This record gives sequence, C-alpha cells and structure tokens, in this order.
Amino acid sequence: MTAYTGRIATTTRSRTVGSRIAASVLYPLGLPTLLLVLWGLVATRSTNRFFPDPLTIAEAFRETWIGPAFVEDVLPSLARLGLGVAASIVLGIAAGTVIGLTRWLRELLEPLLEFLRAIPPPVLIPVAMLLLGITDTMKIVVIVSGAIWPILLNTIEGVRGTDSVMTETAESFQVTWWERLWFLVLPAASPRIMAGVRQALSVALILMVISEMFASSSGLGYRIAYFQRNYLIAEMWSGILLLGLVGVFLAVAFGLVERRVLRWYHGIREVNRA
Amino acid sequence: MPDRSTLLRVEHLRKVYESATGTVEAIGDISFTMDAGELVCIVGPSGCGKTTLLKCLAGLLRPTSGVVEMDGSPVTGPSPAMAVVFQEYGRSLYPWLTVRGNVELPLRHKKLTRAARDKLVVDALEAVGLAHAARSHPWQLSGGMQQRVAIARAIAYQPDVLIMDEPFAAVDAQTRADLEDLVRELHASRTISVVFVTHDIDESVYLGQRVLVLSTSPTWVQEDLAIDLPPERDQITTRALPRFTELRTHVYDQIQRAKRGQAVAPRSAR
Repeated sequence: MTAYTGRIATTTRSRTVGSRIAASVLYPLGLPTLLLVLWGLVATRSTNRFFPDPLTIAEAFRETWIGPAFVEDVLPSLARLGLGVAASIVLGIAAGTVIGLTRWLRELLEPLLEFLRAIPPPVLIPVAMLLLGITDTMKIVVIVSGAIWPILLNTIEGVRGTDSVMTETAESFQVTWWERLWFLVLPAASPRIMAGVRQALSVALILMVISEMFASSSGLGYRIAYFQRNYLIAEMWSGILLLGLVGVFLAVAFGLVERRVLRWYHGIREVNRA
Repeated sequence: MPDRSTLLRVEHLRKVYESATGTVEAIGDISFTMDAGELVCIVGPSGCGKTTLLKCLAGLLRPTSGVVEMDGSPVTGPSPAMAVVFQEYGRSLYPWLTVRGNVELPLRHKKLTRAARDKLVVDALEAVGLAHAARSHPWQLSGGMQQRVAIARAIAYQPDVLIMDEPFAAVDAQTRADLEDLVRELHASRTISVVFVTHDIDESVYLGQRVLVLSTSPTWVQEDLAIDLPPERDQITTRALPRFTELRTHVYDQIQRAKRGQAVAPRSAR
C-alpha cells in the first residue's frame, strides 16, 4: 500500500568535502590575516608609540598572560563571568517562566521591569560596592543585573506565546504540570530564550570588565586599566586582544550549544526553505 | 461484536460565547447518544459549531447548559477515556520531540512500566504504518504522515472514544483516502468508538455507521441518519454503490436545507 511508505526529509549538502574545508578555513581567516599584515606595515612606518606592531603585542601577550597572570587575573575573571551568566540564565528562565505563565503577575510587573531594564547596569556598581563591598559577589551581582534582562524578558514573551493548539493537546491528554513545563512550555520558548542568552553573553562580558575597572585588585579589567595608567601600551593592547578572544570563544561555545538545543527549530526552517 | 451499551450521552447541550461585543449562541440544543464501538460522523455546514461541540465532548470547553455523559458519569474535564486528534497536526505535534517522543508523552503520567509503555508506543506506530519513522521529527514527514503520528498518539493512549476534528481537511485527496481507510481499520480492529467531525459529505457517508447532520448556528441535530452500507468498505466499490450515492445526496440536501434555514428546529430547541 502506498500509504505505508513515506519519505523522511533529510538535509543534504552538495559541495565536496575538500572545497568545504578549504572554504571554511580561508573565509574566516582571510580578512583577519590581511588586516594584521596591514597593521604591521602601518605600525612599522609610524612613530606613534600608542600603536605598537602586531609582533610586539604578540610578544607582550605571551609574557603577560601565559604564566601566573592567567591564574591570578584571567581565571578569576572568567569564573565571575561564568557564575554571572549561569545565575542570569537560571534566574532569568525561572522568573520569566513564572511571570509568563501568570497573567496578573505579568500585568503587575511589566512597567517595573521596563523601568529596571532601562537603568544602565554600570551605575549600579557604586551602589553594589556600598552594599556588598568590593567582593566577588558584588561583581557577579553587577553582571547579573545587566545580563538577566534579555533572558528574563525573552522568556516571558516566549512562554506567553505557547501555541494554543499545543496547549490544548497537552490538556486533552491530561499531561501533568511539570511535564507540560518541560516538554511544552520551555521547548516552545527555547528559540526566544536562546536569543536572550546570546544578548546576555555580550552584556555579561562588558560588565565583567567594567566591574573590575572600578575598584579591584585583580581581573582582566583591572589589568587592562593598570597597563593603560602605566603606559604599558603593548600589554594593554594584549589585554584587549584577550578580551576579544574570550568574546569569540563565548560566541563559538554558544553556537555549539544553540545548534544542539534548537536543532528542531533550525531543522524546520531548513525544511520550509527547501 | 462490540458491546452495544450507551457510551456517550449528550443532552440539551448549549454553548453561548460571551464577549464584550455581545453574546454568540454557537450551539442551540444538541442531544444524541452513541453506543460503545460505534463510528459516528458529525457533518454540518461551515461555522455550525462542530469544533465547539467537539471541545465540549472532550471536556476542553464547559457547556453553558446541558449534559455530556461518558459511561454514565458527567464529563467535567479531559478524561483518560477520550483522545482527540486535532485538525492542525502541525500545531498539535511537538516539533522538538521525535515521532516516538510525541506518541509517548501522554503515556508518561500513566502508571506503566517502561516495557509496557514502549510496547504501546511501538504497537501504535506499527498500527499506523510508521514504525520506520519513530526516530524522525514530525516536520521531516509529509502532512499525511504527521496526521498518522497524531492518530498513533491518540490510540496509544488507549481511550474508549477517539474524537477527531476534521483531521484530514488539510491533506491531499489520495492521502485522505488512505487515512480514511486507516480510521475504519483501527475502528474495526481495536473496539474503539470514534466521533469523526467533518465538513466533507462523502467522507462522512463513507466512514460512518451513523451520520449526524447539524443545522446552522445556533446548532441542533437536524438528522440522525443510519448508514446502511456494508461494513466492509472500499474506496472504489463502496463509493460506486447506488446506495452510497443516495445517502450522500440525502445528506447533501439536508445540509443545503440547513444553510437556507429551512429546517425546523425541534420544539425543545430555543
């Protein structure tokens, strides 16, 4: 019977493996290499000492960051960043789910949330310093105070937008509250939640640096500010380079997680496009 | 032979939607009964409140007045004795779950051993001919196959009644014929009762043992028609029978009358 056979859509790529690898290496690395060469050329001809050539910076990078500074400054920064992001994700999703599912709570909190979200988080640093002292907790709180908003607000929107037929389906099969949360509400909101997490990551990185620049004795932000005040220009640039690398690493790690979590979402889009 | 006791009893069901702009009487007065093991089709002009009726049967909507009784006890909410197959399979199946995961989800809260649950899932997928697609995601399948997944999910739940809301309205004609035969086959092999709502007259006559023709809104049951076609039905020979043509013409006329508002409401309807 024809009805019992059916095609299962799969996605295929037609390009050969060799050209794909070549393209995936050349395209992303081509322009940065070109810029580095240009920079080197300009820097060797220039007499401005604020723009050292790439080799000097690479040397400073090796001397500054590979060694004890990695343990004393980079790791604590990354740990605070990681904790701040993790807390933002957990709190943002938990609070967002509760608010998104509870109509009266949403209506009650919406104006307040809009107001709180509009406050630039760096202005909270002096307040946080007064309340919490110059501690790791203070820095993590500052990170959370900025990074939580995109996650919280996107979760609220995503949870609220759960499809009515999907909800009715769960209802008609008497799916329990927890199962509904885990198998319906959160997955349905996950594309928006992930979009929020992506924004939160860049906000968190900015706040990590700023919270260390204000009053601190360790961390990436502190080091960069220290080098700058002491005219250690190549070292300062190497710190900025490291920050950029941390940002790239976060984006790549996020991309991997996102592709895993939202495989169904990208799959649907790919099938619809085909 | 399946047991011929009354399974579903609907009495003076009325549903009025109230909104800021006024009230809409979707269902006027619907009464009918259905025996265990029956396959009843409900057909009516568009906008006659078929979906509303179905939601009331399934316990998803509270009627304004009247009773819906399942096995003698009133329906006040969704019950494990009923499973619904929705028209919009794309919005009823969860795209983040595999076919298997979708069929399994309603079984999670049932107190079953892992093995028993697995058996129900595998068995349901085999019954709809999708055992090979268990690990796929719904969106990788054609519309007809997705609706089969929804049917598998419903039968794995082991309800007494399968409630189907225009389930094949969105699939092409050939797939539709196959799915109709699947419903008849499942009905025959699983002693399951089926309430099948459709706007397609031919479909209602081909599928049903009985056809309820609904009037326009506010709705009542305009006719309760027994379909005296042979139980063994076939897309080609059954549809070519003179009796099939008579029945479909009859139902068609009834619906035309309903649309023109010529049918007279029973006295009990307000």
